[in-house]
Amino acid sequence: MIEVTDLTKKFGSKHAVDSLSFTVEKGEVLGFLGPNGAGKSTTMRMITGFVSPSAGTIRVCGYDVSKDPEAVKTKIGYLPESAPLYPDMTVLSFLKFCASIRGIKGQPQKDAVEKVIETCFLHKVTHQSIDTLSKGYQHRTCLAQALLHDPEVLILDEPTDGLDPNQKHEVRKLIRELGKTKSVLFSTHILEEVDAACSRVVIVDQGKMIKEGTPEKLLAESGCSDLHTLFREITTTETY
Amino acid sequence: MKISYLRCTGAVEVFKRELISFFTQITAYALIVVFLLLSLGFCFSFGHFMEIGDASLEFSFFRWLPWFFMFLVPAVGMRLWSDEYRNGTIELIGTMPIPTHSIIIGKYCAALAVWGVALALTFPIWIVVNYLGEPDNSLILASYLTSFLVCACFLAVTSLVSAFTRDQVVSLVVAVFLCACMTLAGYEPILRSFRTVFPDWLTEVIASATVDEHFRSGIRGHLRIHDLVWFVSIIVSCLIGTSAVLKAKRT
Repeated sequence: MIEVTDLTKKFGSKHAVDSLSFTVEKGEVLGFLGPNGAGKSTTMRMITGFVSPSAGTIRVCGYDVSKDPEAVKTKIGYLPESAPLYPDMTVLSFLKFCASIRGIKGQPQKDAVEKVIETCFLHKVTHQSIDTLSKGYQHRTCLAQALLHDPEVLILDEPTDGLDPNQKHEVRKLIRELGKTKSVLFSTHILEEVDAACSRVVIVDQGKMIKEGTPEKLLAESGCSDLHTLFREITTTETY
Repeated sequence: MKISYLRCTGAVEVFKRELISFFTQITAYALIVVFLLLSLGFCFSFGHFMEIGDASLEFSFFRWLPWFFMFLVPAVGMRLWSDEYRNGTIELIGTMPIPTHSIIIGKYCAALAVWGVALALTFPIWIVVNYLGEPDNSLILASYLTSFLVCACFLAVTSLVSAFTRDQVVSLVVAVFLCACMTLAGYEPILRSFRTVFPDWLTEVIASATVDEHFRSGIRGHLRIHDLVWFVSIIVSCLIGTSAVLKAKRT
Protein backbone atom coordinates (compact mmCIF):
# COMPACT_ATOMS: atom_id res chain seq x y z
CA MET A 1 0.00 0.00 0.00
CA ILE A 2 2.82 2.38 0.83
CA GLU A 3 6.14 1.62 -0.85
CA VAL A 4 9.02 3.96 -0.16
CA THR A 5 12.23 3.35 -2.10
CA ASP A 6 15.55 5.14 -1.53
CA LEU A 7 13.78 8.26 -0.37
CA THR A 8 16.11 11.21 0.15
CA LYS A 9 15.46 14.79 1.15
CA LYS A 10 18.17 17.39 1.33
CA PHE A 11 17.79 20.80 2.91
CA GLY A 12 20.86 22.60 1.66
CA SER A 13 23.71 20.23 2.32
CA LYS A 14 22.02 18.51 5.26
CA HIS A 15 20.26 15.21 4.65
CA ALA A 16 16.94 15.29 6.51
CA VAL A 17 16.05 11.91 5.06
CA ASP A 18 18.79 9.68 3.69
CA SER A 19 17.89 6.83 1.27
CA LEU A 20 15.09 5.46 3.37
CA SER A 21 13.18 2.39 2.13
CA PHE A 22 10.24 0.64 3.75
CA THR A 23 6.76 -0.67 2.97
CA VAL A 24 3.47 -0.67 4.82
CA GLU A 25 1.04 -3.44 3.84
CA LYS A 26 -2.71 -3.44 4.14
CA GLY A 27 -3.82 -4.48 7.62
CA GLU A 28 -0.60 -3.30 9.18
CA VAL A 29 0.25 -0.56 11.67
CA LEU A 30 3.80 0.64 11.22
CA GLY A 31 5.26 2.63 14.09
CA PHE A 32 7.73 5.23 12.92
CA LEU A 33 10.13 5.81 15.76
CA GLY A 34 13.01 8.16 16.25
CA PRO A 35 14.37 11.12 18.22
CA ASN A 36 13.27 14.65 17.40
CA GLY A 37 14.69 15.83 14.10
CA ALA A 38 15.22 12.29 12.79
CA GLY A 39 13.25 13.06 9.62
CA LYS A 40 9.95 11.44 10.58
CA SER A 41 7.73 14.40 9.75
CA THR A 42 9.64 15.16 6.56
CA THR A 43 9.15 11.59 5.37
CA MET A 44 5.44 11.77 6.11
CA ARG A 45 5.12 15.10 4.31
CA MET A 46 6.76 13.55 1.27
CA ILE A 47 4.41 10.56 1.30
CA THR A 48 1.39 12.87 1.42
CA GLY A 49 2.74 14.87 -1.50
CA PHE A 50 3.11 18.08 0.50
CA VAL A 51 6.89 18.22 0.13
CA SER A 52 8.67 16.85 -2.92
CA PRO A 53 11.57 14.45 -2.41
CA SER A 54 15.13 15.19 -3.61
CA ALA A 55 15.47 11.59 -4.81
CA GLY A 56 13.72 8.25 -4.58
CA THR A 57 10.18 7.10 -5.26
CA ILE A 58 7.03 6.76 -3.22
CA ARG A 59 4.07 4.68 -4.33
CA VAL A 60 0.75 4.74 -2.53
CA CYS A 61 -1.91 2.22 -3.61
CA GLY A 62 0.00 1.80 -6.85
CA TYR A 63 0.15 5.52 -7.71
CA ASP A 64 3.44 7.39 -7.90
CA VAL A 65 3.28 10.45 -5.61
CA SER A 66 5.38 12.69 -7.84
CA LYS A 67 3.52 11.73 -11.04
CA ASP A 68 -0.03 11.47 -9.81
CA PRO A 69 -0.24 13.49 -6.58
CA GLU A 70 -3.99 14.09 -6.69
CA ALA A 71 -4.82 10.39 -7.03
CA VAL A 72 -2.57 9.68 -4.06
CA LYS A 73 -4.16 12.45 -2.01
CA THR A 74 -7.62 10.92 -2.42
CA LYS A 75 -6.31 7.66 -0.91
CA ILE A 76 -4.61 9.19 2.12
CA GLY A 77 -5.94 10.50 5.41
CA TYR A 78 -3.32 12.72 7.02
CA LEU A 79 -2.98 14.15 10.50
CA PRO A 80 -0.15 16.75 10.42
CA GLU A 81 2.11 17.14 13.42
CA SER A 82 0.61 20.25 14.99
CA ALA A 83 -2.98 19.28 14.09
CA PRO A 84 -3.66 22.51 12.19
CA LEU A 85 -7.25 23.77 11.97
CA TYR A 86 -9.12 26.88 10.86
CA PRO A 87 -9.76 28.55 14.24
CA ASP A 88 -12.74 30.60 13.06
CA MET A 89 -14.86 27.58 12.09
CA THR A 90 -17.02 25.31 14.20
CA VAL A 91 -16.14 21.62 14.40
CA LEU A 92 -19.13 20.72 12.25
CA SER A 93 -18.53 23.33 9.55
CA PHE A 94 -14.85 22.38 9.42
CA LEU A 95 -15.64 18.70 8.89
CA LYS A 96 -18.26 19.56 6.28
CA PHE A 97 -15.73 21.74 4.47
CA CYS A 98 -13.14 18.95 4.42
CA ALA A 99 -15.74 16.49 3.17
CA SER A 100 -16.93 18.81 0.37
CA ILE A 101 -13.39 19.50 -0.76
CA ARG A 102 -12.93 15.75 -1.11
CA GLY A 103 -16.08 15.61 -3.20
CA ILE A 104 -18.32 14.04 -0.53
CA LYS A 105 -21.69 15.80 -0.68
CA GLY A 106 -25.32 15.43 0.39
CA GLN A 107 -26.41 12.42 2.40
CA PRO A 108 -23.04 10.60 2.19
CA GLN A 109 -21.46 13.74 3.69
CA LYS A 110 -23.93 13.76 6.59
CA ASP A 111 -23.26 10.10 7.29
CA ALA A 112 -19.48 10.47 7.03
CA VAL A 113 -19.41 13.50 9.35
CA GLU A 114 -21.68 11.80 11.87
CA LYS A 115 -19.50 8.71 11.84
CA VAL A 116 -16.22 10.53 12.51
CA ILE A 117 -17.84 12.67 15.21
CA GLU A 118 -18.76 9.42 16.92
CA THR A 119 -15.37 7.74 16.40
CA CYS A 120 -13.44 10.75 17.70
CA PHE A 121 -15.86 11.57 20.57
CA LEU A 122 -16.70 15.05 19.34
CA HIS A 123 -20.48 15.19 19.90
CA LYS A 124 -20.13 17.52 22.89
CA VAL A 125 -18.34 20.19 20.86
CA THR A 126 -19.93 19.81 17.42
CA HIS A 127 -21.23 23.38 17.29
CA GLN A 128 -18.38 24.97 19.19
CA SER A 129 -15.89 27.29 17.53
CA ILE A 130 -12.52 25.59 17.11
CA ASP A 131 -10.47 28.34 18.80
CA THR A 132 -12.40 27.77 22.05
CA LEU A 133 -11.61 24.04 22.15
CA SER A 134 -9.04 22.39 24.42
CA LYS A 135 -5.92 20.93 22.84
CA GLY A 136 -7.28 17.40 23.11
CA TYR A 137 -10.47 18.26 21.26
CA GLN A 138 -8.57 20.18 18.61
CA HIS A 139 -6.33 17.21 18.06
CA ARG A 140 -9.26 14.87 17.71
CA THR A 141 -11.03 17.26 15.31
CA CYS A 142 -8.00 17.10 13.06
CA LEU A 143 -7.91 13.33 13.40
CA ALA A 144 -11.60 13.22 12.46
CA GLN A 145 -10.77 15.14 9.28
CA ALA A 146 -8.26 12.43 8.35
CA LEU A 147 -10.86 9.67 8.71
CA LEU A 148 -13.73 11.41 6.88
CA HIS A 149 -13.31 9.81 3.48
CA ASP A 150 -12.57 6.36 4.93
CA PRO A 151 -9.07 6.36 3.36
CA GLU A 152 -7.14 3.22 2.56
CA VAL A 153 -3.95 4.73 3.93
CA LEU A 154 -3.60 6.69 7.17
CA ILE A 155 -0.60 8.83 7.96
CA LEU A 156 -0.63 10.10 11.52
CA ASP A 157 2.14 12.38 12.75
CA GLU A 158 2.28 12.04 16.53
CA PRO A 159 -1.42 11.31 16.90
CA THR A 160 -1.35 11.18 20.71
CA ASP A 161 0.63 14.36 21.26
CA GLY A 162 -1.05 16.64 23.78
CA LEU A 163 -3.74 14.18 24.84
CA ASP A 164 -4.43 13.07 28.42
CA PRO A 165 -3.83 9.43 29.38
CA ASN A 166 -7.46 8.44 28.80
CA GLN A 167 -7.52 10.03 25.37
CA LYS A 168 -4.16 8.47 24.52
CA HIS A 169 -5.59 5.09 25.37
CA GLU A 170 -8.64 5.70 23.16
CA VAL A 171 -6.58 6.91 20.22
CA ARG A 172 -4.24 3.90 20.43
CA LYS A 173 -7.27 1.60 20.53
CA LEU A 174 -8.64 3.42 17.51
CA ILE A 175 -5.37 3.08 15.60
CA ARG A 176 -5.26 -0.65 16.33
CA GLU A 177 -8.86 -0.96 15.16
CA LEU A 178 -8.22 1.01 11.95
CA GLY A 179 -5.07 -0.98 11.30
CA LYS A 180 -7.10 -4.13 10.71
CA THR A 181 -8.48 -2.87 7.42
CA LYS A 182 -6.12 -0.05 6.40
CA SER A 183 -2.43 0.64 6.16
CA VAL A 184 -1.43 2.91 9.00
CA LEU A 185 1.87 4.74 9.36
CA PHE A 186 2.21 6.67 12.57
CA SER A 187 5.12 8.43 14.16
CA THR A 188 5.81 8.80 17.82
CA HIS A 189 8.58 9.14 20.33
CA ILE A 190 6.50 7.60 23.08
CA LEU A 191 7.64 4.04 23.36
CA GLU A 192 4.67 2.52 25.19
CA GLU A 193 2.68 3.37 22.11
CA VAL A 194 4.70 0.96 20.04
CA ASP A 195 3.70 -1.98 22.21
CA ALA A 196 0.15 -0.75 22.45
CA ALA A 197 -0.59 -0.16 18.81
CA CYS A 198 2.03 -1.27 16.29
CA SER A 199 2.44 -4.51 14.44
CA ARG A 200 5.85 -3.45 13.16
CA VAL A 201 8.43 -0.77 13.94
CA VAL A 202 10.90 1.27 11.95
CA ILE A 203 13.48 3.19 13.94
CA VAL A 204 15.09 6.14 12.17
CA ASP A 205 17.92 8.37 13.26
CA GLN A 206 19.43 11.29 11.33
CA GLY A 207 17.35 10.37 8.31
CA LYS A 208 18.56 6.78 8.12
CA MET A 209 16.76 3.60 9.03
CA ILE A 210 18.64 1.82 11.79
CA LYS A 211 16.25 -0.95 12.87
CA GLU A 212 13.18 -2.60 11.46
CA GLY A 213 10.92 -5.44 12.58
CA THR A 214 8.28 -6.43 15.11
CA PRO A 215 8.85 -5.07 18.62
CA GLU A 216 9.50 -8.64 19.87
CA LYS A 217 12.05 -9.32 17.18
CA LEU A 218 13.91 -6.07 17.88
CA LEU A 219 14.14 -6.85 21.57
CA ALA A 220 15.24 -10.43 20.99
CA GLU A 221 17.95 -9.34 18.54
CA SER A 222 19.40 -6.63 20.72
CA GLY A 223 19.17 -8.47 24.01
CA CYS A 224 17.70 -5.38 25.68
CA SER A 225 15.02 -5.81 28.30
CA ASP A 226 12.69 -3.12 26.94
CA LEU A 227 12.28 -0.69 24.07
CA HIS A 228 13.45 2.24 26.19
CA THR A 229 16.89 0.76 26.63
CA LEU A 230 17.04 -0.22 22.98
CA PHE A 231 16.06 3.27 21.87
CA ARG A 232 18.64 4.89 24.15
CA GLU A 233 21.34 2.57 22.90
CA ILE A 234 20.88 2.88 19.18
CA THR A 235 19.86 6.48 18.60
CA THR A 236 22.15 9.46 18.95
CA THR A 237 21.63 11.69 21.93
CA GLU A 238 23.11 14.74 20.33
CA THR A 239 20.53 17.18 19.05
CA TYR A 240 21.28 19.95 16.66
CA MET B 1 -13.15 12.50 -14.54
CA LYS B 2 -13.50 12.42 -10.77
CA ILE B 3 -10.39 14.50 -10.33
CA SER B 4 -11.33 17.20 -12.83
CA TYR B 5 -14.63 17.47 -10.96
CA LEU B 6 -12.74 17.97 -7.71
CA ARG B 7 -10.73 20.72 -9.33
CA CYS B 8 -13.78 22.93 -9.86
CA THR B 9 -15.58 22.16 -6.62
CA GLY B 10 -12.29 22.56 -4.75
CA ALA B 11 -12.00 26.21 -5.77
CA VAL B 12 -15.69 26.81 -5.01
CA GLU B 13 -15.45 25.21 -1.56
CA VAL B 14 -12.32 27.20 -0.70
CA PHE B 15 -14.09 30.35 -1.90
CA LYS B 16 -17.13 29.68 0.29
CA ARG B 17 -15.02 28.90 3.35
CA GLU B 18 -12.90 32.02 2.96
CA LEU B 19 -15.88 34.26 2.37
CA ILE B 20 -17.68 32.95 5.45
CA SER B 21 -14.46 33.39 7.40
CA PHE B 22 -14.23 37.06 6.33
CA PHE B 23 -17.76 37.68 7.52
CA THR B 24 -17.70 35.63 10.74
CA GLN B 25 -14.64 37.54 11.83
CA ILE B 26 -14.76 41.28 12.19
CA THR B 27 -12.29 41.92 9.32
CA ALA B 28 -14.76 42.43 6.51
CA TYR B 29 -17.13 44.65 8.50
CA ALA B 30 -14.34 46.86 9.82
CA LEU B 31 -12.92 47.35 6.35
CA ILE B 32 -16.22 48.00 4.69
CA VAL B 33 -17.20 50.58 7.31
CA VAL B 34 -13.84 52.36 7.14
CA PHE B 35 -13.92 52.33 3.36
CA LEU B 36 -17.43 53.78 3.20
CA LEU B 37 -16.60 56.50 5.73
CA LEU B 38 -13.45 57.47 3.85
CA SER B 39 -14.82 57.33 0.32
CA LEU B 40 -18.11 59.09 1.02
CA GLY B 41 -16.43 61.46 3.49
CA PHE B 42 -13.86 62.55 0.93
CA CYS B 43 -16.53 62.88 -1.70
CA PHE B 44 -18.42 65.49 0.32
CA SER B 45 -15.39 67.29 1.78
CA PHE B 46 -12.30 67.34 -0.45
CA GLY B 47 -14.30 66.15 -3.45
CA HIS B 48 -16.59 69.21 -3.16
CA PHE B 49 -19.46 67.06 -4.35
CA MET B 50 -22.12 69.66 -3.52
CA GLU B 51 -20.21 72.71 -4.83
CA ILE B 52 -19.03 71.28 -8.15
CA GLY B 53 -22.53 70.50 -9.27
CA ASP B 54 -21.16 67.83 -11.58
CA ALA B 55 -23.29 64.74 -11.90
CA SER B 56 -20.49 62.50 -13.17
CA LEU B 57 -18.77 61.22 -10.08
CA GLU B 58 -15.33 61.34 -11.67
CA PHE B 59 -13.68 64.15 -9.70
CA SER B 60 -15.73 64.10 -6.55
CA PHE B 61 -15.82 60.39 -5.83
CA PHE B 62 -13.89 57.99 -8.06
CA ARG B 63 -10.57 59.78 -8.32
CA TRP B 64 -9.92 59.32 -4.59
CA LEU B 65 -10.55 55.59 -4.53
CA PRO B 66 -7.03 54.31 -5.42
CA TRP B 67 -5.73 56.29 -2.44
CA PHE B 68 -7.90 54.25 -0.09
CA PHE B 69 -7.36 51.01 -1.93
CA MET B 70 -3.60 51.26 -1.65
CA PHE B 71 -3.70 50.65 2.09
CA LEU B 72 -7.11 49.03 2.64
CA VAL B 73 -6.76 46.30 0.00
CA PRO B 74 -3.49 44.97 1.49
CA ALA B 75 -5.25 44.94 4.88
CA VAL B 76 -7.80 42.47 3.50
CA GLY B 77 -5.22 40.48 1.58
CA MET B 78 -2.36 40.32 4.08
CA ARG B 79 -3.72 37.22 5.78
CA LEU B 80 -4.38 35.27 2.57
CA TRP B 81 -1.28 33.10 2.88
CA SER B 82 0.45 34.38 6.04
CA ASP B 83 -2.42 32.97 8.09
CA GLU B 84 -2.28 29.58 6.40
CA TYR B 85 1.42 29.33 7.21
CA ARG B 86 1.04 30.50 10.79
CA ASN B 87 -1.83 28.10 11.55
CA GLY B 88 -0.15 25.32 9.60
CA THR B 89 -3.39 24.85 7.66
CA ILE B 90 -1.40 25.11 4.43
CA GLU B 91 -0.30 21.56 5.20
CA LEU B 92 -3.91 20.49 5.64
CA ILE B 93 -5.22 22.07 2.49
CA GLY B 94 -2.03 21.20 0.59
CA THR B 95 -2.63 17.49 1.21
CA MET B 96 -6.26 17.60 0.06
CA PRO B 97 -6.83 16.34 -3.47
CA ILE B 98 -7.08 19.78 -5.08
CA PRO B 99 -4.37 21.54 -7.04
CA THR B 100 -2.63 24.64 -5.70
CA HIS B 101 -4.15 26.92 -8.32
CA SER B 102 -7.73 26.16 -7.24
CA ILE B 103 -6.78 27.07 -3.68
CA ILE B 104 -5.29 30.34 -4.95
CA ILE B 105 -8.29 31.15 -7.13
CA GLY B 106 -10.74 30.30 -4.33
CA LYS B 107 -9.00 32.45 -1.75
CA TYR B 108 -8.32 35.34 -4.13
CA CYS B 109 -11.91 35.49 -5.35
CA ALA B 110 -13.23 35.45 -1.77
CA ALA B 111 -11.13 38.49 -0.84
CA LEU B 112 -12.18 40.14 -4.08
CA ALA B 113 -15.84 39.46 -3.25
CA VAL B 114 -15.40 41.42 -0.01
CA TRP B 115 -14.29 44.38 -2.13
CA GLY B 116 -17.18 43.83 -4.50
CA VAL B 117 -19.51 44.21 -1.52
CA ALA B 118 -17.65 47.29 -0.26
CA LEU B 119 -17.87 49.01 -3.65
CA ALA B 120 -21.50 48.02 -4.10
CA LEU B 121 -22.34 49.58 -0.74
CA THR B 122 -21.33 53.02 -2.02
CA PHE B 123 -24.58 52.92 -4.03
CA PRO B 124 -26.23 55.82 -2.08
CA ILE B 125 -23.93 58.25 -3.89
CA TRP B 126 -25.18 56.87 -7.19
CA ILE B 127 -28.79 57.32 -6.08
CA VAL B 128 -28.02 60.87 -4.97
CA VAL B 129 -26.54 61.94 -8.33
CA ASN B 130 -29.46 60.40 -10.15
CA TYR B 131 -31.86 62.31 -7.90
CA LEU B 132 -30.02 65.62 -8.24
CA GLY B 133 -29.08 65.50 -11.89
CA GLU B 134 -28.87 63.43 -15.01
CA PRO B 135 -25.57 61.60 -14.95
CA ASP B 136 -24.26 59.27 -17.62
CA ASN B 137 -24.98 55.98 -15.86
CA SER B 138 -22.93 53.91 -18.27
CA LEU B 139 -19.93 56.09 -17.41
CA ILE B 140 -20.56 55.53 -13.70
CA LEU B 141 -20.78 51.80 -14.33
CA ALA B 142 -17.50 51.88 -16.25
CA SER B 143 -15.94 53.80 -13.35
CA TYR B 144 -17.10 51.20 -10.86
CA LEU B 145 -15.67 48.48 -13.09
CA THR B 146 -12.33 50.28 -13.29
CA SER B 147 -12.26 50.76 -9.52
CA PHE B 148 -12.94 47.06 -9.07
CA LEU B 149 -10.06 46.27 -11.43
CA VAL B 150 -7.74 48.45 -9.34
CA CYS B 151 -8.85 46.47 -6.25
CA ALA B 152 -8.24 43.21 -8.07
CA CYS B 153 -4.81 44.38 -9.15
CA PHE B 154 -3.74 45.49 -5.64
CA LEU B 155 -5.14 42.30 -4.16
CA ALA B 156 -3.09 40.17 -6.56
CA VAL B 157 0.05 42.10 -5.56
CA THR B 158 -0.84 41.56 -1.88
CA SER B 159 -1.40 37.85 -2.48
CA LEU B 160 2.06 37.54 -3.97
CA VAL B 161 3.67 39.43 -1.06
CA SER B 162 1.69 37.42 1.49
CA ALA B 163 2.91 34.15 0.00
CA PHE B 164 6.49 35.08 0.92
CA THR B 165 6.05 35.50 4.65
CA ARG B 166 4.19 34.12 7.63
CA ASP B 167 4.34 37.54 9.26
CA GLN B 168 1.18 39.53 8.58
CA VAL B 169 2.70 42.88 9.51
CA VAL B 170 5.57 42.42 7.06
CA SER B 171 3.18 41.41 4.31
CA LEU B 172 0.96 44.42 5.05
CA VAL B 173 3.82 46.93 5.07
CA VAL B 174 5.46 45.60 1.90
CA ALA B 175 2.16 45.30 0.04
CA VAL B 176 1.12 48.85 1.01
CA PHE B 177 4.49 50.11 -0.16
CA LEU B 178 4.14 48.41 -3.57
CA CYS B 179 0.55 49.55 -4.04
CA ALA B 180 1.51 53.07 -2.99
CA CYS B 181 4.32 53.10 -5.57
CA MET B 182 1.88 51.98 -8.24
CA THR B 183 -0.52 54.74 -7.28
CA LEU B 184 1.75 57.66 -6.42
CA ALA B 185 4.26 57.34 -9.25
CA GLY B 186 1.53 58.44 -11.63
CA TYR B 187 0.70 61.53 -9.62
CA GLU B 188 1.58 64.72 -11.50
CA PRO B 189 3.86 66.52 -8.95
CA ILE B 190 5.81 63.30 -8.45
CA LEU B 191 6.10 62.76 -12.19
CA ARG B 192 7.39 66.31 -12.51
CA SER B 193 10.21 65.60 -10.08
CA PHE B 194 10.95 62.36 -11.97
CA ARG B 195 11.33 64.43 -15.14
CA THR B 196 14.07 66.52 -13.58
CA VAL B 197 16.08 63.40 -12.79
CA PHE B 198 15.24 60.88 -15.50
CA PRO B 199 15.08 61.31 -19.27
CA ASP B 200 11.59 61.93 -20.67
CA TRP B 201 11.15 58.48 -22.15
CA LEU B 202 11.86 56.82 -18.80
CA THR B 203 9.36 59.06 -17.05
CA GLU B 204 6.80 58.09 -19.67
CA VAL B 205 7.53 54.43 -19.07
CA ILE B 206 7.09 54.89 -15.31
CA ALA B 207 3.89 56.87 -15.81
CA SER B 208 2.36 54.30 -18.10
CA ALA B 209 3.23 51.51 -15.69
CA THR B 210 1.23 53.04 -12.85
CA VAL B 211 -2.31 52.21 -11.89
CA ASP B 212 -3.25 55.85 -11.98
CA GLU B 213 -2.77 56.21 -15.72
CA HIS B 214 -5.11 53.30 -16.47
CA PHE B 215 -7.51 54.21 -13.71
CA ARG B 216 -7.94 57.77 -14.98
CA SER B 217 -8.66 56.70 -18.52
CA GLY B 218 -11.16 54.20 -17.09
CA ILE B 219 -13.13 56.69 -15.03
CA ARG B 220 -13.28 59.08 -17.96
CA GLY B 221 -15.06 56.34 -19.84
CA HIS B 222 -12.08 55.59 -22.06
CA LEU B 223 -11.21 52.18 -20.72
CA ARG B 224 -9.13 50.96 -23.64
CA ILE B 225 -8.19 47.44 -24.57
CA HIS B 226 -4.61 48.07 -23.49
CA ASP B 227 -5.79 49.24 -20.05
CA LEU B 228 -7.71 45.99 -19.65
CA VAL B 229 -4.72 44.01 -20.85
CA TRP B 230 -2.56 45.86 -18.35
CA PHE B 231 -4.84 45.05 -15.42
CA VAL B 232 -5.36 41.44 -16.42
CA SER B 233 -1.67 40.81 -17.02
CA ILE B 234 -0.69 42.25 -13.62
CA ILE B 235 -3.36 40.12 -11.90
CA VAL B 236 -2.50 36.92 -13.76
CA SER B 237 1.25 37.28 -13.34
CA CYS B 238 0.94 38.00 -9.61
CA LEU B 239 -1.28 34.94 -9.13
CA ILE B 240 1.10 32.74 -11.11
CA GLY B 241 3.89 34.20 -8.98
CA THR B 242 1.91 33.30 -5.85
CA SER B 243 1.62 29.74 -7.07
CA ALA B 244 5.34 29.56 -7.83
CA VAL B 245 6.25 30.91 -4.37
CA LEU B 246 3.90 28.50 -2.62
CA LYS B 247 5.34 25.57 -4.56
CA ALA B 248 8.93 26.68 -3.98
CA LYS B 249 8.28 26.88 -0.25
CA ARG B 250 7.30 23.22 -0.21
CA THR B 251 10.44 21.86 -1.85
